Amino acid sequence: MSLLKEPDLGTPAKPGPATVTVEVDGHPVAVPEGTSVMRAAALSGIDIPKLCATDSLEAFGSCRLCLVEIDGRRGTPASCTTPVTQGMKVTTQSPKLEKLRQGVMELYISDHPLDCLTCSANGDCELQDMSGVVGLRQVRYGYDGENHLDEKTDSSNPYFDFEASKCIACSRCVRACGEVQGTFALTIEGRGFGSKVSAGGTDFMSSECVSCGACVQACPTATLQEKSVVQLGMPTRSVVTTCAYCGVGCSFKAELRGAELVRMVPYKDGGANEGHSCVKGRFAFGYATHPDRVLTPMVRESITDEWRPVDWETAISYTASKLKDIQTRHGVGAIGGITSSRTTNEEVYVVQKMIRAAFGNNNVDTCARVCHSPTGYGLKQTFGTSAGTQDFRSVAKSDVIMVIGANPTDGHPVFASRMKRRLREGAKLIVVDPRRIDLVRSPHIEAAHHLQLAPGTNVAVVNAMAHVVLTEGLVDRSFVDERCEDFDAWAEFIARPENSPEAVEELTGVPAEELRAAARLYATGGNGAIYYGLGVTEHSQGSTMVMGMANLAMATGNIGRDGVGVNPLRGQNNVQGSCDMGSFPHELPGYRHVSDDVVRGVFENMWGSTLLPEPGLRIPNMFDAAIEGTFRAIFVQGEDIAQSDPNTKHVHAALAAMELVVVQDLFLNETAKFAHVFLPGTSFLEKDGTFTNAERRINRVRPVMAPKTGKHEWEIVAEIAQAMGYPMRYDQPSQIMDEIAALTPTFAGVSFDKLDKLGSVQWPCNDNAPEGTPIMHMDGFVRGKGRFVQTPFVPTRERSTRKFPLILTTGRILSQYNVGAQTRRTGNVAWHPEDVLEIHPHDAEVRGINDGDEVTLASRVGATSLRAVFSDRMPVGVVYTTFHHPVTGANVVTTENSDWATNCPEYKVTAVQVGLKNPPATADVASSEHRLPAMAD
Amino acid sequence: MTTHTGMSPQVRLANEIAVHFHHQPPEQAATAIAEHIRAFWDPRMRTELLQRAESEPDALDPRALAAARLLTG
Ligand code: SF4
Ligand code: SF4
Ligand code: SF4
Ligand code: FES
Repeated sequence: MSLLKEPDLGTPAKPGPATVTVEVDGHPVAVPEGTSVMRAAALSGIDIPKLCATDSLEAFGSCRLCLVEIDGRRGTPASCTTPVTQGMKVTTQSPKLEKLRQGVMELYISDHPLDCLTCSANGDCELQDMSGVVGLRQVRYGYDGENHLDEKTDSSNPYFDFEASKCIACSRCVRACGEVQGTFALTIEGRGFGSKVSAGGTDFMSSECVSCGACVQACPTATLQEKSVVQLGMPTRSVVTTCAYCGVGCSFKAELRGAELVRMVPYKDGGANEGHSCVKGRFAFGYATHPDRVLTPMVRESITDEWRPVDWETAISYTASKLKDIQTRHGVGAIGGITSSRTTNEEVYVVQKMIRAAFGNNNVDTCARVCHSPTGYGLKQTFGTSAGTQDFRSVAKSDVIMVIGANPTDGHPVFASRMKRRLREGAKLIVVDPRRIDLVRSPHIEAAHHLQLAPGTNVAVVNAMAHVVLTEGLVDRSFVDERCEDFDAWAEFIARPENSPEAVEELTGVPAEELRAAARLYATGGNGAIYYGLGVTEHSQGSTMVMGMANLAMATGNIGRDGVGVNPLRGQNNVQGSCDMGSFPHELPGYRHVSDDVVRGVFENMWGSTLLPEPGLRIPNMFDAAIEGTFRAIFVQGEDIAQSDPNTKHVHAALAAMELVVVQDLFLNETAKFAHVFLPGTSFLEKDGTFTNAERRINRVRPVMAPKTGKHEWEIVAEIAQAMGYPMRYDQPSQIMDEIAALTPTFAGVSFDKLDKLGSVQWPCNDNAPEGTPIMHMDGFVRGKGRFVQTPFVPTRERSTRKFPLILTTGRILSQYNVGAQTRRTGNVAWHPEDVLEIHPHDAEVRGINDGDEVTLASRVGATSLRAVFSDRMPVGVVYTTFHHPVTGANVVTTENSDWATNCPEYKVTAVQVGLKNPPATADVASSEHRLPAMAD
Repeated sequence: MTTHTGMSPQVRLANEIAVHFHHQPPEQAATAIAEHIRAFWDPRMRTELLQRAESEPDALDPRALAAARLLTG
């Protein structure tokens, strides 16, 4: 495809029907009320010259280039700021307008370096274009007067430069940072001729800037420019694809020059992101071509041997024969595998098919086990299906937004920008989190309530909120009567005095009055929407909490329309998809239990093999069984379980106990240290398939380059299955999707052709909803009636003790991604060179710890060391860290505790002690220390 | 196998499930726990649980024990 240039209509679209008709240069056009003259003209095919306007931003009216004449009106109004009125007649070209526009351009150019031919934006510069458009032929003012040509370039950001001498002070960047991104890092300093863009009086890197790139995209000149464009030149072709980092699932134009990827530009037609992105998706793609990537298959007999590079045929037959041999000796159930949420739906599907049909067992699980498995259980029990209820767009209609155990500005930045926009418009915010996340107080946003609960007490808080709703008569009776069941028993339970805010205040640390006020706001403030993350699921009561939130939403009628809902913010790009694709040991694709004879029959027919009606092992069960000796081999697709799973010591022992560990990944990760076969994987730039984001949106992932390894991942898996004697063959990934559609009612209408035509669809997509389903449970719940489930609060067994008096909770930050294998191999390390331990100054002081000291962090299962940073974001008694760097080995300290229903690990609550690493002789610190060796990968 | 908590994983997991059904009358709870285990546990884990229910019934929460007995049926 050649370079895809999306049209810029100058000002944003206005909602509503096209009821206002105007004439532009004699061409009639009908547009919605409130549309600007500029946009109406563009829609009728006439581009009015412009510099300060672009359709991602509200009109500003500063450059005066877009002047027009309007019949019956005096003067020459700016078309970007003038709304249309019925019957308006607009003239966009006249000698008078031409002269005015040339005058404007002349002033701009007289203060602009005329190095067009050597400028990095040559050919992609609106100033250059406009000079041509307005017919500028001479500049009467020389450079002798005052000018900005000597302004210094700010190169502090690793990904883009700010070449101030080229700035025309149009303030598009300033407005993009505010309106689109919501960070407000930039301002225009000074006035008139002296005005210039400033990143808060410092350079970009030291400012509030989060490097989303919205300003770079908005800049009409080369002032804000990607470094990659400066180095490599302007791209010449584009491929539309999907970001492979987080569950927002942003669409991008991958822009290339020849075979080289120059930049990623967020795609305006992307349903999830509508032209916005974050630092990871836009800039951090360098890992895909990093020299650390392994491109050749490798095998070894023992994990103490050196790796031996082999060809694909050898690697595949070695793997297959080993797997079969182990099954012969130890039984069919002695092997299994783990699918990855980073790979495509098609790649996940073939792995679970290989396990069920070729391995002949159900020992398949997915890394979603350790993040969102409670979402699957909880939403299925209450609503009938395991998925968020809304599309992202829905948040624009919310009046009260409740964010529970999620940190969207860091974890789901592009969705956070949408949310922040709505909050700035006046929606109310309730944050339920032990930590004061950025959202609680950020530019133009202040949470109405921050319920700063003790880690592990979510269920007590949500029950108390429901108690308030019920006992204060705030239940939406007609919704409940019409749409739900089991309400009375639940009401009896939730009304019990032990669920009152006053009764749980001491336990949760949330003042009863504050909790009551938050509950009233959610119940009565208009459309109430719940967004939640791993702070909900990664607890021993994760599933209970998901059901508790569902109860609360049903009781207040906040389900089944725009602006409301219960929405998991999924971590990895394809968590939703990997779950949909039958990655859980008890479920076939489409969340259907393996014991269902009819469903199994359909699969058996299509796959031509007999399937087991019993669930297989989950990840933690696999580890336990490995140590017991009944589970001997594992196929690990794109996941670093040795680092990301809890209780590292236990996981390492389990991996070391196995006869065969097969790792399919980009890099030799921690898990590969225990592997006997390494099958090099493909990056998202090489993949051909689909990802499904947190709003159930199925997006195409299109190959930007051929697989650097010579084989697609799905091909390798199919060949292993074949080598084991099970016929599995596809020529194209589209055939895999066709098979998924044929077997899965919620995907029945999905095909690559449809995705190419519509851009994306949200499942369910079938005969009832041929173009997909943005909002679920509109006319009834998937399970028929929404079910109220009683959710008693059972505290975790993990308690602070005299030996381990603090509670550790974990999280993530914007610039890094999970275990960091990708982001650590990009310029993003500039923001997060190491994991640190956030500790309250009070907790630090009593331990003799100073800001920046190296400390040991110990739990009952292990210890690690890292640097302490003072922070009052958590209450006294709670410490916090991230897990992006293997050297920290944060999971060395996390325990085997898990969600009762799904075994999702309890990452969010671990009793720990913190002490100085090199203490003065008298200090009391945890004794044992286990530090992972630095990774060589 | 025992973990460092000194308990077989199956016993620990069954007990963890059981606490979440303490609000229900014992029989109802036992049925719900048994259903849960049948739906989510690999057969070898169920076998192990049944063995533990025989050999060390005291290690199991009474509701989990009742559930284990239902699973044999
Ligand atoms: S990169 Fe994003 S956050 Fe930084 S200044 Fe530009 S718009 Fe603002
Ligand atoms: S940096 Fe670019 S977008 Fe910002 S004011 Fe200057 S020219 Fe306009
Ligand atoms: S928000 Fe998520 S999907 Fe979008 S660009 Fe950032 S990491 Fe990628
Ligand atoms: S484009 Fe309208 S004033 Fe700048």
